[in-house]
Amino acid sequence: MIEVHKLNKYFGDLHVLKDIDFNVEESEVVCLIGASGSGKSTMLRCLNFLEMKNSGEILLKGEEVDPRKNDLNKVRQQVGMVFQHFNLFPHKTVLENVMEAPTQVKKTSKADARKEGKALLEKVGLEDKADDYPSRLSGGQKQRVAIARALAMKPEIMLFDEPTSALDPELVGEVLQTMKDLAKEGMTMVVVTHEMGFAREVADRVVYMHDGKIVETGAPKDMFENPQEERTQAFLSSIL
Amino acid sequence: MYLGFVSFWSGFFEALINSRGIFFEAAQVTLALTAVSIFIALFIGLFFALLKISNIKPLEWLANAYIYVVRGTPLIVQIFVFFYGLTSIWMISGFWSVALGLAFHNGAYIAEIFRGSIQSIGKGQSEAGRSLGMSQSLTMRRIILPQAFRRALPPLGNQFIIGLKDSSLAAFIGVQEIFALATTRGANTFDYMTWLLVCAVYYLILVFILTLVVGLVEKKLSVSD
Repeated sequence: MIEVHKLNKYFGDLHVLKDIDFNVEESEVVCLIGASGSGKSTMLRCLNFLEMKNSGEILLKGEEVDPRKNDLNKVRQQVGMVFQHFNLFPHKTVLENVMEAPTQVKKTSKADARKEGKALLEKVGLEDKADDYPSRLSGGQKQRVAIARALAMKPEIMLFDEPTSALDPELVGEVLQTMKDLAKEGMTMVVVTHEMGFAREVADRVVYMHDGKIVETGAPKDMFENPQEERTQAFLSSIL
Repeated sequence: MYLGFVSFWSGFFEALINSRGIFFEAAQVTLALTAVSIFIALFIGLFFALLKISNIKPLEWLANAYIYVVRGTPLIVQIFVFFYGLTSIWMISGFWSVALGLAFHNGAYIAEIFRGSIQSIGKGQSEAGRSLGMSQSLTMRRIILPQAFRRALPPLGNQFIIGLKDSSLAAFIGVQEIFALATTRGANTFDYMTWLLVCAVYYLILVFILTLVVGLVEKKLSVSD
């Protein structure tokens, strides 16, 4: 689904991604773990071109995406993203948040977008909040609306950038449950997370990053129970 | 002393009441001048605010030069330049040359208000829009500007009040608005004080109404809080 070859990214003099090779298969759930500053969020943001790579290749469904040639707006329609701080549109109701991109970008009729939006809200368990403004929701509810909003564009892959890091502990579960349901339906997902329980339970593959490089990749069971690299062992023992 | 005080104020109220017809007409001119100039200034302001945040250097310089000129010269000079400049090119009334002069002036301040409010909307909002496949201009129009406009309302209301009061400078090129009428009356009756206070009452009423309207719009736009 996504292939990354020799990806390099600099912020000024800071080399944040160093020759990253990375791929995600269809219907695969990949969790990116690592200390903050390791480059995992930057890598995720490179995948939908919110950050521009400095060198390397990014292939989507086998075809290279070149920001100079391809219409990135088209590319991003296929790649949904969920942010740490939700970034819901505060001036729009919950349902309007979900309807915004389909009606404005895909020119879906309002009636259809409303129907699909309501179905998505039902899926994340928030159909009764459709006409509320985001300011009335809890963090967990906001994040579930954000997931519904991204799904409204019918993306082929979903990127999650620390989706539960800004939540109160008691609200983390509902968001993770929504993500689990999504994974069960076969959605391709890349998740930057500190939730090791979620990674262990849901991920097909876990990728450990350190200092702009991928240190180790493996099935969750192997990674958590028998990490090969010293760095991975140190990281896991520091958080588990 | 006491009698003088009483007779001044009874004279004032008499003048205020008896002149209401003609002052009402003048107030309409003031209001029209303010409404037209503010309306145009909002578009000018939005345009130059977008230039300022365009990240294209020549456009930024253009916007900065405009704001620098407006802020660096007196409004009365700008109005006279518009009056003599425009009337020498094509037939334009005093009303319209002042309206355009005021719009040119207020546009610069409104540009800074809009720029500040647009930049105060977090980067996450535009990232959310872009990540959904919305173009930069669509994100600006649908996501950023509605929120920015709401944040701009309190300072905009302030600027509208300034614009309303500044419209009194139209008197100097012969537009029959409130202040012009008051000074004419003052000159004719040798009683400037009475007529200037009458004029002040009308400005207070107009500002009161304007404040009320801005407050209502603010309230209406705050339903999402």
